[in-house]
Amino acid sequence: MKLALGPLLYYWPRQATLAFYADMADAPVDIVYLGETVCSRRHELRLSDWLEVADILAAAGKEVVLSSQVLVESESDLKTLRRIVTNGHFRVEANDMGAVRLLTGGDAPVADWIAGPTLNIFNPATLGMFAELGASRWVAPPEMSRQQIAELRGGLGQPMEVEVFAHGRLPLAFSARCFTARHYNLQKDTCEFRCLQFADGIPLKTREGEPFLTLNGIQTQSAHVHTLLGDLPAVQADGLDILRISPQGEHTAEVIDLFRQALAGQLQPAEALRNARPLLPEAPCNGFWHGRPGVEQLVTA
Amino acid sequence: MTPPHPIELVCPAGSLPALKTAIDNGADCVYLGFKDATNARNFTGLNFDDKSMAEGVRYAHDRGRKVLLALNTYPQTDNWPSWTRAIDRAADCGIDALILADPGLMAYARKTHPRLRLHLSVQGSATSYDAINFYYERFGISRAVLPRVLSLAQVEHVIANTPVEIEVFGFGGLCVMVEGRCALSAYATGESPNCNGACSPGKHVRWEQTPKGMETRLNGILIDRFADGERAGYPTLCKGRFDVNGETYYAIEEPTSLNTLELLPELARVGVRAIKIEGRQRSPAYVTQVTKVWRAAIDRLQADTAPFRVEAAWMAELNKVSEGQSHTLGAYYRPWK
Repeated sequence: MKLALGPLLYYWPRQATLAFYADMADAPVDIVYLGETVCSRRHELRLSDWLEVADILAAAGKEVVLSSQVLVESESDLKTLRRIVTNGHFRVEANDMGAVRLLTGGDAPVADWIAGPTLNIFNPATLGMFAELGASRWVAPPEMSRQQIAELRGGLGQPMEVEVFAHGRLPLAFSARCFTARHYNLQKDTCEFRCLQFADGIPLKTREGEPFLTLNGIQTQSAHVHTLLGDLPAVQADGLDILRISPQGEHTAEVIDLFRQALAGQLQPAEALRNARPLLPEAPCNGFWHGRPGVEQLVTA
Repeated sequence: MTPPHPIELVCPAGSLPALKTAIDNGADCVYLGFKDATNARNFTGLNFDDKSMAEGVRYAHDRGRKVLLALNTYPQTDNWPSWTRAIDRAADCGIDALILADPGLMAYARKTHPRLRLHLSVQGSATSYDAINFYYERFGISRAVLPRVLSLAQVEHVIANTPVEIEVFGFGGLCVMVEGRCALSAYATGESPNCNGACSPGKHVRWEQTPKGMETRLNGILIDRFADGERAGYPTLCKGRFDVNGETYYAIEEPTSLNTLELLPELARVGVRAIKIEGRQRSPAYVTQVTKVWRAAIDRLQADTAPFRVEAAWMAELNKVSEGQSHTLGAYYRPWK
């Protein structure tokens, strides 16, 4: 089973981002997704910088994928998207139907691309269509359960790589509004790039102090950290191809190591989950995997 | 200036009485759904069975109006046949267009009912002309409903770059998140607009008077707490008050409604073909009031006899039925973002 490092969802200072990926070149992940998927105002790394990081990681033996932005609003967003799609070297994860059109339309459709988790692919008819259009891998929407994913794979006419969101705060929603700017009474257009101060986003709690969500610019995430570390025997039994680990402010490399050890059978599920706890910015959850509200943590027997 | 195409007024019909009052008060089209998870307003007591749908279609067609069917949730492997059956039932009913989000369903509808008109639902999250043109090229959609995220200039740019008719939301409950890209309700309750057709569903809601005030909870999660004298709103989870860095406020969005009445001449100028009124879950009285005001406004605009002016009485009527009794221009107004 392969491990993938998902795209960086937060906005870190340039040096911190470059240092993080330099570390990842040595980490036991097989695939690295790169690029800005959340907010077009985030410019610490521009596309040309991301392509340089991509070259370094590829030279270190990683499969590199360029992820496209989820919410595309302006012509300038589309221009960036066209540059990503026509990069000519790295495969592309399409996170919006505009990207799918650019990958599949025109005279020279791209033969091989990845259907990202925000395309809302929930059934074999839709996934089969995207497979025919050149998608060779499907990243399941995080809200899908183990059973739903298994049923979809069972109904699919052709073989296809399947990747699941296995670790990280859940990317739950996207908006035109920036909630980080709103917190500081700033407008999005003059946000002062406040996201740079929060390596793991800004925690949002209920009025009785329970951690609930995380504000990450225009994206809203869960407060709890979705992790399948305690569910890996089931994941392995299902024969899924790839597990996605979403970068977190600290300890991403240790989390990757835990996954490797657990997958190799060196750690029991409960032990892996217990060892992970000090590495997480908030308590774990795995409800979505079990077909439950995502916030729940279900202990596997 | 009169736009080249009249703007269609598309009104919500959560029930047969709502459908009839929408038609009687000047809706050009009504949109509705079946009584199940195939549509994004899957609430108890709402929506249509085959018999009431047939009656609704007859009522609308007798008066020269159209009926659009929302089948805008995403089916899973196990329930796929319910969705395709719903498409067949709708076609048999003589529906004028299907509002779909799922590409697989679009392919099915195109193949099985080639003459049936297809609209891309707001749940399809298509915010750029490239995204909209994907559905046009693959499935021949006639119209797309834009998520409530674009500014007016961006809407204009989309329209200039697609042959697909563009419909926008004009009034009603405001999703602050991109429609189709929100799993907040799934995270809290296990039910989402995408898969179950429901956001913050009623069966998970608890109202509780406590010494600290009226508390509203969603699956046990405290969404808001109201002091005596404060009007306690429904706990839609993005419209609660939360604590961020020690400050308690509407961290995501206030309980407010979208109202773009004053933008109507601009929407017409940029070439918007239809205005959608949100609210299939609202009462026939709401539908009556909102339809009446928007019909009057569109007629005034298209009469072209005097410069368009928003009547104070129109706004007063609309504010009466707005959530939180307040309204916003949403993303059309840049500082909102």
